[in-house]
Amino acid sequence: MRPGRAREGLVGWSFALPFVVFFTVFMAGPILAALVTSFTDLRVTDIRSPFSVDIVGVDNYVAVLQDPIFHRAAVNTAIFVLVGIPLTMVLGLLTAVGLNSAIVKFRTLFRVGYYMPVVTSIAAVAVVWRMVLGAEIGLVNGILSVFGITGPGWLTSSSLALGSLIVMAAWRNMGFLMIIFLAGLQTIPRDLYEAAEVDGSSRWQQFRHVTLPLLRPTMLFAAVITGIGYLQFFEEPFVMTQGGPLNSTLSVAYHAYNQFSFGNYGYTAAASYVLFLAIALLTVFWFRLFRPQT
Amino acid sequence: MTAPTIPRGSHSPSQPTGHKGPGRRRGWLLHLGLLGGLILVVTPFVWMILGSFKTTAELRRVPPTWLPEQITLSNYQDLFERLDFGRYFFNSALVATAVTVGNLVFCSMLGYALAKLRFPGRRPLFLLVLTTLMVPGLVTFMPLFVLVANMGLVNTHAGLALPFVAQAFGVFLMRQFIIGIPDDLLDAARIDGAGEHYIFWRIVIPLTGPALATLAILMFLGSWNNFLWPLVVATTEDMYTLPVAIALFSTGQHETNLGLLMAGSAAALVPVLVVFVALQRFFTQGIAMTGIK
Repeated sequence: MRPGRAREGLVGWSFALPFVVFFTVFMAGPILAALVTSFTDLRVTDIRSPFSVDIVGVDNYVAVLQDPIFHRAAVNTAIFVLVGIPLTMVLGLLTAVGLNSAIVKFRTLFRVGYYMPVVTSIAAVAVVWRMVLGAEIGLVNGILSVFGITGPGWLTSSSLALGSLIVMAAWRNMGFLMIIFLAGLQTIPRDLYEAAEVDGSSRWQQFRHVTLPLLRPTMLFAAVITGIGYLQFFEEPFVMTQGGPLNSTLSVAYHAYNQFSFGNYGYTAAASYVLFLAIALLTVFWFRLFRPQT
Repeated sequence: MTAPTIPRGSHSPSQPTGHKGPGRRRGWLLHLGLLGGLILVVTPFVWMILGSFKTTAELRRVPPTWLPEQITLSNYQDLFERLDFGRYFFNSALVATAVTVGNLVFCSMLGYALAKLRFPGRRPLFLLVLTTLMVPGLVTFMPLFVLVANMGLVNTHAGLALPFVAQAFGVFLMRQFIIGIPDDLLDAARIDGAGEHYIFWRIVIPLTGPALATLAILMFLGSWNNFLWPLVVATTEDMYTLPVAIALFSTGQHETNLGLLMAGSAAALVPVLVVFVALQRFFTQGIAMTGIK
Protein backbone atom coordinates (compact mmCIF):
# COMPACT_ATOMS: atom_id res chain seq x y z
CA MET A 1 0.00 0.00 0.00
CA ARG A 2 1.32 3.41 -0.91
CA PRO A 3 1.95 5.71 2.03
CA GLY A 4 -0.64 8.17 0.67
CA ARG A 5 -3.37 5.54 0.78
CA ALA A 6 -2.42 4.38 4.25
CA ARG A 7 -2.67 7.96 5.43
CA GLU A 8 -6.02 8.39 3.74
CA GLY A 9 -7.23 5.23 5.45
CA LEU A 10 -6.17 6.60 8.81
CA VAL A 11 -7.90 9.92 8.17
CA GLY A 12 -11.06 8.10 7.09
CA TRP A 13 -11.15 6.01 10.23
CA SER A 14 -10.47 9.04 12.41
CA PHE A 15 -13.79 10.41 11.13
CA ALA A 16 -15.56 7.07 11.50
CA LEU A 17 -14.23 6.12 14.91
CA PRO A 18 -16.42 8.20 17.28
CA PHE A 19 -19.63 6.87 15.71
CA VAL A 20 -18.29 3.34 15.38
CA VAL A 21 -17.33 3.16 19.08
CA PHE A 22 -20.79 4.16 20.33
CA PHE A 23 -22.51 2.16 17.62
CA THR A 24 -20.57 -1.00 18.47
CA VAL A 25 -21.20 -0.73 22.20
CA PHE A 26 -24.88 0.26 22.06
CA MET A 27 -26.17 -1.22 18.79
CA ALA A 28 -24.04 -3.83 17.03
CA GLY A 29 -22.91 -5.44 20.30
CA PRO A 30 -26.45 -5.81 21.70
CA ILE A 31 -27.70 -7.19 18.35
CA LEU A 32 -25.05 -9.92 18.51
CA ALA A 33 -25.65 -10.52 22.20
CA ALA A 34 -29.35 -11.01 21.51
CA LEU A 35 -28.56 -13.52 18.76
CA VAL A 36 -26.32 -15.52 21.10
CA THR A 37 -28.91 -15.28 23.88
CA SER A 38 -31.62 -16.68 21.62
CA PHE A 39 -29.74 -20.00 21.61
CA THR A 40 -29.34 -20.15 25.40
CA ASP A 41 -31.61 -20.59 28.39
CA LEU A 42 -30.59 -17.22 29.87
CA ARG A 43 -32.92 -15.91 32.54
CA VAL A 44 -32.83 -12.76 34.63
CA THR A 45 -31.43 -14.75 37.55
CA ASP A 46 -28.37 -15.78 35.47
CA ILE A 47 -27.14 -12.25 34.74
CA ARG A 48 -24.58 -12.26 37.55
CA SER A 49 -23.28 -15.76 36.83
CA PRO A 50 -23.16 -16.15 33.06
CA PHE A 51 -21.33 -19.50 33.23
CA SER A 52 -24.36 -21.33 34.53
CA VAL A 53 -26.13 -20.58 31.25
CA ASP A 54 -26.55 -23.51 28.86
CA ILE A 55 -26.72 -23.56 25.13
CA VAL A 56 -30.06 -25.00 24.15
CA GLY A 57 -29.83 -24.81 20.37
CA VAL A 58 -33.07 -23.86 18.67
CA ASP A 59 -35.27 -24.75 21.66
CA ASN A 60 -36.32 -21.13 22.17
CA TYR A 61 -37.36 -20.77 18.55
CA VAL A 62 -39.36 -24.01 18.79
CA ALA A 63 -40.98 -22.73 21.98
CA VAL A 64 -41.89 -19.44 20.31
CA LEU A 65 -43.37 -21.06 17.23
CA GLN A 66 -45.41 -23.55 19.28
CA ASP A 67 -46.71 -21.00 21.77
CA PRO A 68 -50.47 -20.44 21.25
CA ILE A 69 -50.16 -16.92 22.69
CA PHE A 70 -47.49 -16.17 20.10
CA HIS A 71 -49.87 -17.43 17.40
CA ARG A 72 -52.57 -15.10 18.65
CA ALA A 73 -50.10 -12.21 18.74
CA ALA A 74 -48.88 -13.02 15.22
CA VAL A 75 -52.45 -12.98 13.85
CA ASN A 76 -53.16 -9.65 15.58
CA THR A 77 -49.94 -8.15 14.22
CA ALA A 78 -50.72 -9.44 10.72
CA ILE A 79 -54.20 -7.88 10.80
CA PHE A 80 -52.73 -4.61 12.07
CA VAL A 81 -50.14 -4.57 9.28
CA LEU A 82 -52.46 -5.69 6.46
CA VAL A 83 -55.17 -3.15 7.28
CA GLY A 84 -53.05 -0.43 8.83
CA ILE A 85 -50.40 0.05 6.13
CA PRO A 86 -52.80 0.52 3.17
CA LEU A 87 -55.08 2.73 5.29
CA THR A 88 -52.26 4.97 6.49
CA MET A 89 -50.66 5.18 3.05
CA VAL A 90 -53.93 6.09 1.31
CA LEU A 91 -54.69 8.79 3.91
CA GLY A 92 -51.15 10.19 3.69
CA LEU A 93 -51.21 10.19 -0.10
CA LEU A 94 -54.66 11.82 -0.32
CA THR A 95 -53.62 14.60 2.04
CA ALA A 96 -50.34 15.17 0.22
CA VAL A 97 -51.97 15.33 -3.22
CA GLY A 98 -54.57 17.76 -1.85
CA LEU A 99 -51.97 19.97 -0.18
CA ASN A 100 -49.72 19.88 -3.24
CA SER A 101 -52.38 21.50 -5.39
CA ALA A 102 -51.38 25.00 -6.43
CA ILE A 103 -54.63 26.58 -5.28
CA VAL A 104 -54.47 25.54 -1.63
CA LYS A 105 -54.34 28.34 0.94
CA PHE A 106 -53.09 28.10 4.51
CA ARG A 107 -50.61 25.40 3.56
CA THR A 108 -48.55 25.76 6.74
CA LEU A 109 -51.63 25.52 8.95
CA PHE A 110 -52.69 22.28 7.29
CA ARG A 111 -49.19 20.87 7.34
CA VAL A 112 -48.65 21.58 11.03
CA GLY A 113 -52.15 20.38 11.93
CA TYR A 114 -51.81 17.07 10.13
CA TYR A 115 -48.32 16.61 11.56
CA MET A 116 -49.24 17.27 15.19
CA PRO A 117 -50.03 13.63 16.08
CA VAL A 118 -46.60 12.58 14.80
CA VAL A 119 -44.74 14.89 17.18
CA THR A 120 -46.84 14.00 20.20
CA SER A 121 -45.58 11.53 22.76
CA ILE A 122 -47.51 8.26 22.92
CA ALA A 123 -48.11 8.94 26.61
CA ALA A 124 -50.00 12.14 25.81
CA VAL A 125 -51.75 10.49 22.85
CA ALA A 126 -52.97 7.77 25.19
CA VAL A 127 -54.41 10.27 27.65
CA VAL A 128 -56.35 11.98 24.89
CA TRP A 129 -57.53 8.88 23.08
CA ARG A 130 -58.73 7.26 26.26
CA MET A 131 -60.92 10.34 26.66
CA VAL A 132 -62.03 10.16 23.02
CA LEU A 133 -62.85 6.44 23.05
CA GLY A 134 -64.00 6.06 26.65
CA ALA A 135 -67.25 4.12 27.00
CA GLU A 136 -69.01 6.55 29.34
CA ILE A 137 -67.37 9.97 29.26
CA GLY A 138 -65.78 9.57 25.82
CA LEU A 139 -66.09 12.10 23.01
CA VAL A 140 -67.20 9.63 20.33
CA ASN A 141 -69.93 8.10 22.45
CA GLY A 142 -70.88 11.58 23.67
CA ILE A 143 -71.52 12.61 20.06
CA LEU A 144 -73.38 9.34 19.38
CA SER A 145 -75.60 9.89 22.41
CA VAL A 146 -76.81 13.16 20.88
CA PHE A 147 -78.39 10.99 18.17
CA GLY A 148 -79.78 8.62 20.77
CA ILE A 149 -77.24 5.88 20.11
CA THR A 150 -75.51 4.12 22.99
CA GLY A 151 -71.93 3.68 21.77
CA PRO A 152 -69.98 0.52 22.54
CA GLY A 153 -66.82 0.27 24.64
CA TRP A 154 -64.35 0.90 21.84
CA LEU A 155 -61.40 -0.36 23.87
CA THR A 156 -63.15 -2.87 26.12
CA SER A 157 -64.81 -5.03 23.46
CA SER A 158 -62.57 -7.82 22.18
CA SER A 159 -64.03 -7.48 18.69
CA LEU A 160 -63.57 -3.69 18.44
CA ALA A 161 -60.35 -2.95 20.32
CA LEU A 162 -57.90 -3.91 17.55
CA GLY A 163 -59.87 -1.88 15.01
CA SER A 164 -59.82 1.14 17.33
CA LEU A 165 -56.04 0.85 17.66
CA ILE A 166 -55.64 0.59 13.86
CA VAL A 167 -57.57 3.84 13.43
CA MET A 168 -55.49 5.42 16.16
CA ALA A 169 -52.23 4.31 14.53
CA ALA A 170 -53.36 5.63 11.13
CA TRP A 171 -54.22 8.95 12.79
CA ARG A 172 -50.82 9.02 14.44
CA ASN A 173 -48.72 8.17 11.37
CA MET A 174 -50.48 9.64 8.34
CA GLY A 175 -48.81 13.03 8.88
CA PHE A 176 -45.37 11.52 8.45
CA LEU A 177 -46.35 9.81 5.20
CA MET A 178 -47.94 13.08 4.08
CA ILE A 179 -44.56 14.82 4.43
CA ILE A 180 -42.81 12.01 2.54
CA PHE A 181 -45.36 12.06 -0.27
CA LEU A 182 -45.20 15.86 -0.45
CA ALA A 183 -41.44 15.62 -0.90
CA GLY A 184 -41.95 12.98 -3.59
CA LEU A 185 -44.64 14.99 -5.41
CA GLN A 186 -42.34 17.98 -5.60
CA THR A 187 -39.84 15.98 -7.65
CA ILE A 188 -42.44 15.43 -10.43
CA PRO A 189 -41.87 18.07 -13.13
CA ARG A 190 -44.86 20.40 -13.67
CA ASP A 191 -44.56 20.26 -17.45
CA LEU A 192 -45.58 16.58 -17.41
CA TYR A 193 -49.00 17.66 -16.14
CA GLU A 194 -49.16 20.48 -18.65
CA ALA A 195 -48.41 18.03 -21.45
CA ALA A 196 -51.13 15.68 -20.18
CA GLU A 197 -53.53 18.61 -20.01
CA VAL A 198 -52.79 19.50 -23.61
CA ASP A 199 -53.57 15.90 -24.53
CA GLY A 200 -56.96 16.41 -22.90
CA SER A 201 -56.58 13.91 -20.08
CA SER A 202 -58.77 14.31 -17.02
CA ARG A 203 -57.59 14.94 -13.47
CA TRP A 204 -58.09 11.28 -12.62
CA GLN A 205 -56.17 10.15 -15.70
CA GLN A 206 -53.32 12.49 -14.78
CA PHE A 207 -53.22 11.06 -11.27
CA ARG A 208 -53.40 7.51 -12.59
CA HIS A 209 -50.85 7.81 -15.41
CA VAL A 210 -48.47 10.57 -14.28
CA THR A 211 -48.56 10.89 -10.50
CA LEU A 212 -48.82 7.25 -9.45
CA PRO A 213 -46.09 5.80 -11.72
CA LEU A 214 -43.65 8.60 -10.90
CA LEU A 215 -44.38 8.21 -7.20
CA ARG A 216 -43.37 4.54 -7.10
CA PRO A 217 -39.94 5.18 -5.49
CA THR A 218 -41.58 7.35 -2.84
CA MET A 219 -44.24 4.70 -2.22
CA LEU A 220 -41.48 2.13 -1.78
CA PHE A 221 -39.76 4.33 0.79
CA ALA A 222 -43.05 4.99 2.60
CA ALA A 223 -44.05 1.32 2.58
CA VAL A 224 -40.67 0.17 3.88
CA ILE A 225 -40.61 2.72 6.71
CA THR A 226 -44.24 2.05 7.68
CA GLY A 227 -43.75 -1.71 7.44
CA ILE A 228 -40.73 -1.61 9.75
CA GLY A 229 -42.69 0.48 12.23
CA TYR A 230 -46.01 -1.35 12.06
CA LEU A 231 -44.58 -4.85 12.44
CA GLN A 232 -43.18 -3.60 15.74
CA PHE A 233 -46.70 -2.56 16.80
CA PHE A 234 -46.34 -2.10 20.54
CA GLU A 235 -46.91 1.34 22.01
CA GLU A 236 -50.63 1.67 21.21
CA PRO A 237 -51.73 -1.55 22.96
CA PHE A 238 -49.18 -0.99 25.73
CA VAL A 239 -50.68 2.34 26.76
CA MET A 240 -54.30 1.78 25.72
CA THR A 241 -55.36 -1.81 26.34
CA GLN A 242 -52.39 -3.67 27.90
CA GLY A 243 -52.91 -6.23 25.13
CA GLY A 244 -56.47 -7.00 26.22
CA PRO A 245 -59.29 -7.67 26.31
CA LEU A 246 -58.56 -11.40 26.12
CA ASN A 247 -55.28 -10.86 24.21
CA SER A 248 -57.24 -9.33 21.32
CA THR A 249 -54.67 -6.52 20.96
CA LEU A 250 -51.56 -8.41 22.01
CA SER A 251 -48.84 -7.94 19.37
CA VAL A 252 -45.69 -9.96 18.75
CA ALA A 253 -43.48 -7.17 20.11
CA TYR A 254 -45.72 -6.81 23.17
CA HIS A 255 -45.66 -10.55 23.81
CA ALA A 256 -41.86 -10.57 23.58
CA TYR A 257 -41.69 -7.57 25.91
CA ASN A 258 -43.89 -9.39 28.44
CA GLN A 259 -41.52 -12.35 28.36
CA PHE A 260 -38.65 -9.90 28.96
CA SER A 261 -40.36 -8.55 32.04
CA PHE A 262 -40.95 -12.12 33.26
CA GLY A 263 -37.18 -12.61 32.93
CA ASN A 264 -37.30 -15.14 30.06
CA TYR A 265 -34.45 -13.52 28.13
CA GLY A 266 -33.77 -16.46 25.81
CA TYR A 267 -37.40 -16.58 24.69
CA THR A 268 -37.50 -12.77 24.26
CA ALA A 269 -34.40 -12.83 22.07
CA ALA A 270 -35.76 -15.65 19.89
CA ALA A 271 -39.14 -13.94 19.49
CA SER A 272 -37.52 -10.64 18.54
CA TYR A 273 -35.35 -12.37 15.92
CA VAL A 274 -38.49 -13.98 14.46
CA LEU A 275 -39.90 -10.46 14.24
CA PHE A 276 -36.68 -9.24 12.58
CA LEU A 277 -37.06 -12.00 9.98
CA ALA A 278 -40.65 -10.92 9.30
CA ILE A 279 -39.52 -7.30 8.86
CA ALA A 280 -36.78 -8.34 6.43
CA LEU A 281 -39.25 -10.48 4.43
CA LEU A 282 -41.81 -7.67 4.27
CA THR A 283 -39.10 -5.25 3.11
CA VAL A 284 -38.06 -7.65 0.33
CA PHE A 285 -41.74 -7.94 -0.63
CA TRP A 286 -42.06 -4.13 -0.94
CA PHE A 287 -38.96 -3.98 -3.14
CA ARG A 288 -40.56 -6.60 -5.43
CA LEU A 289 -43.95 -4.88 -5.45
CA PHE A 290 -42.60 -1.42 -6.22
CA ARG A 291 -39.88 -2.60 -8.61
CA PRO A 292 -39.32 0.04 -11.29
CA GLN A 293 -41.55 -0.74 -14.24
CA THR A 294 -39.79 -1.41 -17.49
CA MET B 1 -61.67 26.96 13.98
CA THR B 2 -60.88 28.65 10.71
CA ALA B 3 -63.54 28.83 8.06
CA PRO B 4 -62.66 27.40 4.66
CA THR B 5 -61.42 30.10 2.37
CA ILE B 6 -63.01 30.35 -0.99
CA PRO B 7 -60.26 31.02 -3.45
CA ARG B 8 -61.61 34.04 -5.28
CA GLY B 9 -60.77 33.86 -8.96
CA SER B 10 -58.96 30.64 -8.27
CA HIS B 11 -56.75 30.84 -11.34
CA SER B 12 -53.23 31.48 -10.31
CA PRO B 13 -50.99 31.72 -13.40
CA SER B 14 -49.39 28.37 -12.53
CA GLN B 15 -52.75 26.64 -12.75
CA PRO B 16 -53.56 26.19 -16.39
CA THR B 17 -57.19 25.14 -15.93
CA GLY B 18 -59.28 26.23 -18.84
CA HIS B 19 -62.76 26.41 -17.35
CA LYS B 20 -63.75 28.91 -14.75
CA GLY B 21 -66.76 27.21 -13.15
CA PRO B 22 -65.40 23.70 -12.46
CA GLY B 23 -62.05 25.13 -11.31
CA ARG B 24 -63.71 27.19 -8.62
CA ARG B 25 -65.89 24.30 -7.49
CA ARG B 26 -62.82 22.08 -7.33
CA GLY B 27 -61.07 24.61 -5.12
CA TRP B 28 -64.08 24.65 -2.82
CA LEU B 29 -64.26 20.87 -2.55
CA LEU B 30 -60.52 20.57 -2.03
CA HIS B 31 -60.50 23.03 0.86
CA LEU B 32 -63.60 21.45 2.33
CA GLY B 33 -62.00 18.00 2.21
CA LEU B 34 -58.71 19.17 3.66
CA LEU B 35 -60.50 21.07 6.39
CA GLY B 36 -62.67 18.07 7.26
CA GLY B 37 -59.57 15.92 7.58
CA LEU B 38 -57.83 18.58 9.65
CA ILE B 39 -60.77 18.78 12.06
CA LEU B 40 -60.74 15.00 12.51
CA VAL B 41 -56.99 15.05 13.13
CA VAL B 42 -56.81 17.95 15.57
CA THR B 43 -60.07 17.39 17.47
CA PRO B 44 -58.40 15.15 20.06
CA PHE B 45 -55.89 17.94 20.74
CA VAL B 46 -58.57 20.61 21.00
CA TRP B 47 -60.45 18.29 23.33
CA MET B 48 -57.32 17.85 25.44
CA ILE B 49 -56.53 21.57 25.64
CA LEU B 50 -60.13 22.50 26.48
CA GLY B 51 -60.17 19.70 29.05
CA SER B 52 -57.05 21.01 30.77
CA PHE B 53 -59.06 24.12 31.76
CA LYS B 54 -62.01 22.17 33.20
CA THR B 55 -62.61 21.16 36.77
CA THR B 56 -62.43 17.47 37.68
CA ALA B 57 -66.16 17.42 38.34
CA GLU B 58 -66.91 18.74 34.89
CA LEU B 59 -64.51 16.26 33.25
CA ARG B 60 -66.41 13.40 34.90
CA ARG B 61 -69.81 14.53 33.69
CA VAL B 62 -71.96 12.41 31.36
CA PRO B 63 -72.54 13.47 28.61
CA PRO B 64 -69.24 15.36 28.29
CA THR B 65 -69.18 19.13 27.81
CA TRP B 66 -67.30 20.84 24.98
CA LEU B 67 -66.34 24.26 26.30
CA PRO B 68 -65.28 24.58 29.94
CA GLU B 69 -68.20 26.03 31.91
CA GLN B 70 -65.89 27.49 34.45
CA ILE B 71 -62.32 28.09 33.27
CA THR B 72 -59.80 27.01 35.87
CA LEU B 73 -56.00 27.24 35.88
CA SER B 74 -55.68 24.96 38.88
CA ASN B 75 -54.63 21.98 36.74
CA TYR B 76 -51.60 23.92 35.54
CA GLN B 77 -50.80 25.13 39.06
CA ASP B 78 -51.00 21.54 40.30
CA LEU B 79 -48.43 20.47 37.70
CA PHE B 80 -45.81 22.44 39.59
CA GLU B 81 -47.18 22.24 43.09
CA ARG B 82 -48.33 18.64 43.36
CA LEU B 83 -45.97 17.18 40.76
CA ASP B 84 -42.34 18.01 40.07
CA PHE B 85 -43.14 19.05 36.51
CA GLY B 86 -40.08 21.31 36.15
CA ARG B 87 -37.83 18.39 37.00
CA TYR B 88 -39.36 16.06 34.35
CA PHE B 89 -39.13 18.88 31.84
CA PHE B 90 -35.45 19.39 32.68
CA ASN B 91 -34.71 15.64 32.37
CA SER B 92 -36.43 15.43 28.98
CA ALA B 93 -34.62 18.54 27.71
CA LEU B 94 -31.19 17.43 28.94
CA VAL B 95 -31.46 13.95 27.44
CA ALA B 96 -32.90 15.23 24.15
CA THR B 97 -30.12 17.83 23.84
CA ALA B 98 -27.38 15.26 24.49
CA VAL B 99 -28.90 12.85 21.94
CA THR B 100 -29.27 15.60 19.34
CA VAL B 101 -25.72 16.98 19.74
CA GLY B 102 -24.22 13.48 19.74
CA ASN B 103 -25.94 12.52 16.50
CA LEU B 104 -25.16 15.82 14.78
CA VAL B 105 -21.43 15.38 15.47
CA PHE B 106 -20.99 11.62 15.07
CA CYS B 107 -23.33 11.11 12.10
CA SER B 108 -22.00 14.02 10.07
CA MET B 109 -18.39 12.89 10.65
CA LEU B 110 -19.08 9.33 9.55
CA GLY B 111 -21.36 10.59 6.78
CA TYR B 112 -18.48 12.66 5.42
CA ALA B 113 -16.04 9.76 5.60
CA LEU B 114 -18.49 7.42 3.82
CA ALA B 115 -19.31 9.97 1.14
CA LYS B 116 -15.95 11.53 0.37
CA LEU B 117 -13.03 9.56 1.83
CA ARG B 118 -11.54 6.23 0.87
CA PHE B 119 -10.61 3.94 3.68
CA PRO B 120 -10.47 0.17 4.12
CA GLY B 121 -13.79 -1.25 5.31
CA ARG B 122 -15.84 1.65 4.03
CA ARG B 123 -18.41 -0.42 2.11
CA PRO B 124 -18.98 -3.12 4.74
CA LEU B 125 -19.33 -0.41 7.37
CA PHE B 126 -22.02 1.40 5.37
CA LEU B 127 -23.88 -1.87 4.70
CA LEU B 128 -23.71 -2.82 8.38
CA VAL B 129 -25.11 0.55 9.45
CA LEU B 130 -27.91 0.33 6.86
CA THR B 131 -28.88 -3.21 7.86
CA THR B 132 -29.36 -2.25 11.48
CA LEU B 133 -32.11 0.16 10.36
CA MET B 134 -34.33 -2.92 9.96
CA VAL B 135 -33.56 -4.46 13.33
CA PRO B 136 -36.54 -4.06 15.68
CA GLY B 137 -35.84 -2.02 18.79
CA LEU B 138 -36.91 -5.00 20.81
CA VAL B 139 -33.87 -7.05 19.69
CA THR B 140 -31.43 -4.70 21.39
CA PHE B 141 -33.71 -3.77 24.26
CA MET B 142 -32.87 -6.63 26.59
CA PRO B 143 -29.08 -6.74 25.97
CA LEU B 144 -28.97 -2.93 26.25
CA PHE B 145 -30.71 -3.07 29.57
CA VAL B 146 -28.27 -5.70 30.88
CA LEU B 147 -25.36 -3.61 29.57
CA VAL B 148 -26.55 -0.37 31.11
CA ALA B 149 -27.26 -2.20 34.38
CA ASN B 150 -23.74 -3.64 34.45
CA MET B 151 -22.25 -0.21 33.72
CA GLY B 152 -24.11 1.08 36.77
CA LEU B 153 -26.03 3.59 34.65
CA VAL B 154 -29.59 2.62 35.56
CA ASN B 155 -31.49 5.68 36.74
CA THR B 156 -28.90 8.18 35.44
CA HIS B 157 -29.05 10.75 32.65
CA ALA B 158 -26.17 8.94 30.92
CA GLY B 159 -28.15 5.71 30.96
CA LEU B 160 -31.10 7.50 29.38
CA ALA B 161 -29.09 9.21 26.63
CA LEU B 162 -26.00 7.14 25.71
CA PRO B 163 -27.75 4.29 23.84
CA PHE B 164 -29.18 6.84 21.38
CA VAL B 165 -26.26 9.20 20.64
CA ALA B 166 -25.14 7.35 17.48
CA GLN B 167 -28.06 6.32 15.27
CA ALA B 168 -27.88 4.64 11.89
CA PHE B 169 -30.56 6.81 10.32
CA GLY B 170 -28.47 9.94 10.87
CA VAL B 171 -25.50 8.45 9.05
CA PHE B 172 -27.71 7.58 6.10
CA LEU B 173 -29.18 11.08 5.97
CA MET B 174 -25.82 12.88 6.24
CA ARG B 175 -24.08 10.60 3.72
CA GLN B 176 -26.83 11.11 1.14
CA PHE B 177 -26.57 14.86 1.53
CA ILE B 178 -22.77 15.16 1.59
CA ILE B 179 -22.45 13.02 -1.57
CA GLY B 180 -24.14 15.90 -3.40
CA ILE B 181 -21.35 18.36 -2.52
CA PRO B 182 -19.07 18.72 -5.59
CA ASP B 183 -15.69 16.99 -5.27
CA ASP B 184 -13.98 19.89 -7.08
CA LEU B 185 -14.72 22.14 -4.14
CA LEU B 186 -12.99 19.78 -1.73
CA ASP B 187 -10.09 19.06 -4.12
CA ALA B 188 -9.43 22.76 -4.54
CA ALA B 189 -9.07 23.09 -0.77
CA ARG B 190 -6.82 20.01 -0.66
CA ILE B 191 -4.50 21.55 -3.30
CA ASP B 192 -4.29 24.64 -1.12
CA GLY B 193 -2.96 22.33 1.59
CA ALA B 194 -6.04 22.11 3.79
CA GLY B 195 -6.30 18.99 5.96
CA GLU B 196 -9.40 16.80 5.96
CA HIS B 197 -10.51 18.01 9.38
CA TYR B 198 -10.23 21.62 8.27
CA ILE B 199 -12.20 20.82 5.11
CA PHE B 200 -14.86 19.02 7.12
CA TRP B 201 -15.44 21.70 9.74
CA ARG B 202 -14.92 24.79 7.54
CA ILE B 203 -16.29 23.73 4.13
CA VAL B 204 -18.56 20.70 4.45
CA ILE B 205 -20.41 21.56 7.67
CA PRO B 206 -21.43 25.08 6.58
CA LEU B 207 -22.92 23.55 3.41
CA THR B 208 -25.03 20.92 5.19
CA GLY B 209 -27.39 23.28 7.07
CA PRO B 210 -30.75 21.83 5.91
CA ALA B 211 -29.62 18.24 6.51
CA LEU B 212 -28.35 19.12 9.99
CA ALA B 213 -31.63 20.90 10.75
CA THR B 214 -33.64 17.85 9.64
CA LEU B 215 -31.48 15.53 11.68
CA ALA B 216 -31.75 17.84 14.70
CA ILE B 217 -35.57 17.90 14.50
CA LEU B 218 -35.86 14.15 14.11
CA MET B 219 -33.43 13.35 16.92
CA PHE B 220 -34.81 15.92 19.33
CA LEU B 221 -38.43 14.86 18.78
CA GLY B 222 -37.50 11.18 18.89
CA SER B 223 -35.75 11.58 22.21
CA TRP B 224 -38.33 13.97 23.68
CA ASN B 225 -41.10 11.46 22.97
CA ASN B 226 -39.11 8.29 23.65
CA PHE B 227 -41.21 6.19 25.95
CA LEU B 228 -40.28 2.60 26.64
CA TRP B 229 -36.56 3.01 27.37
CA PRO B 230 -36.91 5.77 29.99
CA LEU B 231 -39.90 3.90 31.45
CA VAL B 232 -37.58 0.98 32.24
CA VAL B 233 -34.36 2.89 33.02
CA ALA B 234 -35.73 5.76 35.12
CA THR B 235 -36.64 4.09 38.39
CA THR B 236 -37.13 7.04 40.74
CA GLU B 237 -39.30 10.06 40.29
CA ASP B 238 -36.42 12.55 40.03
CA MET B 239 -35.21 10.80 36.83
CA TYR B 240 -38.60 10.60 35.07
CA THR B 241 -38.89 12.19 31.65
CA LEU B 242 -42.17 13.83 30.67
CA PRO B 243 -43.72 10.84 28.83
CA VAL B 244 -42.83 8.53 31.72
CA ALA B 245 -44.36 10.89 34.25
CA ILE B 246 -47.53 11.26 32.17
CA ALA B 247 -47.87 7.52 31.61
CA LEU B 248 -47.25 6.57 35.22
CA PHE B 249 -49.54 9.23 36.65
CA SER B 250 -52.30 8.20 34.27
CA THR B 251 -52.31 4.66 35.60
CA GLY B 252 -51.20 5.17 39.19
CA GLN B 253 -52.50 7.07 42.17
CA HIS B 254 -53.43 10.13 40.12
CA GLU B 255 -55.77 8.16 37.90
CA THR B 256 -58.82 10.14 38.84
CA ASN B 257 -57.19 13.49 38.14
CA LEU B 258 -57.93 13.80 34.42
CA GLY B 259 -57.46 17.56 34.38
CA LEU B 260 -53.91 17.26 35.70
CA LEU B 261 -53.11 14.68 33.02
CA MET B 262 -54.52 16.82 30.24
CA ALA B 263 -52.63 19.87 31.45
CA GLY B 264 -49.39 17.85 31.62
CA SER B 265 -49.93 16.42 28.14
CA ALA B 266 -50.70 19.86 26.72
CA ALA B 267 -47.64 21.42 28.35
CA ALA B 268 -45.39 18.63 27.06
CA LEU B 269 -46.57 19.39 23.55
CA VAL B 270 -45.48 23.04 23.56
CA PRO B 271 -41.72 22.60 22.98
CA VAL B 272 -42.12 20.09 20.14
CA LEU B 273 -44.67 22.28 18.41
CA VAL B 274 -42.36 25.29 18.68
CA VAL B 275 -39.44 23.30 17.27
CA PHE B 276 -41.56 21.88 14.47
CA VAL B 277 -43.29 25.09 13.42
CA ALA B 278 -39.97 26.94 13.41
CA LEU B 279 -38.13 24.35 11.34
CA GLN B 280 -40.86 22.65 9.30
CA ARG B 281 -39.74 24.20 6.02
CA PHE B 282 -36.39 22.40 6.21
CA PHE B 283 -38.17 19.23 6.98
CA THR B 284 -39.72 18.48 3.59
CA GLN B 285 -36.42 19.52 1.98
CA GLY B 286 -34.45 17.25 4.25
CA ILE B 287 -36.73 14.26 3.70
CA ALA B 288 -36.54 14.82 -0.05
CA MET B 289 -32.75 14.71 0.29
CA THR B 290 -32.57 11.25 1.80
CA GLY B 291 -32.74 9.99 -1.74
CA ILE B 292 -36.35 8.91 -2.05
CA LYS B 293 -36.54 9.99 -5.65
